[in-house]
Amino acid sequence: MKPPPFSYHRPATVTEAVTMLDELGPDAKILAGGQSLVPMLNMRLATPAHLIDINRLDELAYVRVEPEGVRVGALARHADVEHDAAAGRAIPLLAEALRSVAHPTIRNRGTTVGSIVHADPSGEMTAVLCLLDGEVTLVSRRGERTVPAQDFFVAPLTSAAEADELATSALFRRPTGAATGTAWMEVARRHGDYALCGVGAVVTLNEAGALTTVRTAYISMGPIPQTLDLTLEAIGSNGDWRAVGEAAAAQLEPEEDIHATARYRRQLAVVLTARACRLAAERAERARRAAPSHPTGGAGRTGSGVEGER
Amino acid sequence: MTPDRGPTEQTHDISLTVNGVLRQARVPARRLLSDCLRHDLGLTGTHVGCEHGVCGACTVLVNGQPMRSCLLLAVSVDGSEITTVEGCTDPDGSLGPVQRAFMECHGLQCGFCTPGFITTIAAYLRRNPNPTPEQAREAIGGNLCRCTGYQNIVASVLRAAEIMREESGDAGVPAAGHGRGERA
Repeated sequence: MKPPPFSYHRPATVTEAVTMLDELGPDAKILAGGQSLVPMLNMRLATPAHLIDINRLDELAYVRVEPEGVRVGALARHADVEHDAAAGRAIPLLAEALRSVAHPTIRNRGTTVGSIVHADPSGEMTAVLCLLDGEVTLVSRRGERTVPAQDFFVAPLTSAAEADELATSALFRRPTGAATGTAWMEVARRHGDYALCGVGAVVTLNEAGALTTVRTAYISMGPIPQTLDLTLEAIGSNGDWRAVGEAAAAQLEPEEDIHATARYRRQLAVVLTARACRLAAERAERARRAAPSHPTGGAGRTGSGVEGER
Repeated sequence: MTPDRGPTEQTHDISLTVNGVLRQARVPARRLLSDCLRHDLGLTGTHVGCEHGVCGACTVLVNGQPMRSCLLLAVSVDGSEITTVEGCTDPDGSLGPVQRAFMECHGLQCGFCTPGFITTIAAYLRRNPNPTPEQAREAIGGNLCRCTGYQNIVASVLRAAEIMREESGDAGVPAAGHGRGERA
């Protein structure tokens, strides 16, 4: 249970880091928070020849609210994102989902961008990124590119990032619409453990209060995060969220493992989809009513995760 | 030393301020902070349980934040301030408030997991000096204990908060069910 030997490199700038990545080749691995990588080293599931430690790249330690949403730098710890007040106001779903990411002690070190690049199909923030139409910015010596969330997750533990690319930030887009509500729900054996099934939901209402979009995203329900558009099902079901949950679960193909059977996971998807969509719809309705004069587009309101949470 | 280690590993000189004392060590890059504290610096209070971040026994404070020392490379936290269970005492070296609370409330039996609980709780109570029983339970959610059944550890969190309030001369707002009465 000790890491195998490797050479250690500590760049001081992003430019230096991508130069190292290029020169050291595919046997080099980036170390950010290390809360997934170091266990893999300890168990010798990973044996990189070189580690490039980006923990001194202060230029990447930020959480920024931008017009489109919240941009998280590669060195922002989960706890930084979770406790960022401005980010919480812009996208309440971030902090709500982050509270299910492992335990606070792990969130003090682990990074949000790192967990996205790790591409664990049980990682909450992979699904949140997909649900919020996010994107990841990758930098290499060849230049910079941006990959949309829908194309970023390729297979379990495999992302679209090439071996010479450093993920520098992730953008989570603020849901648009007259009034939106979001929710995150999951079932795990113990709070903080990997979820057997986790669901994020975004519900958007028009100014009259009618549903305009219902979207969900899932973890632990397939090899990569699964995103569903349930708008038609939700409109057709006329407020029967359970039926929406059943329609969602019919589109999912979870696998069986030692923690849960596929059938149980699908049952969780029915129940959690129904609950998450109902709560998101309630929050959207509350946001719609709180809007002073039901705003005319643009400045959409997002239902806060605070009240309905108990 | 050992003949079959292959080429000599590169080492790195690091300095850490551990419990207020500047310490230096020469470590290979793969040295975990938990092993650095125990083997290189001789501070065996930090216990090593699962070595993959699940049990919480090795939790120490890095610049005041609780982190798993088995999931940190010592070289990566070069220059940091570390607090181990040895640093959770009062300034005169006697047991600190969290440690006293564990003793009073029987918050430990075999004691293996205790260092991780003490550091986690000490940091938690700085942020939330007046937790409810539910918050106390949540605060220790990332640490495993195979002996106590946790009830006495929850009581210890609440008792430690009480001791710290008493000692700071701030009576606080004693929420219903606080302190020793909470023990199961």
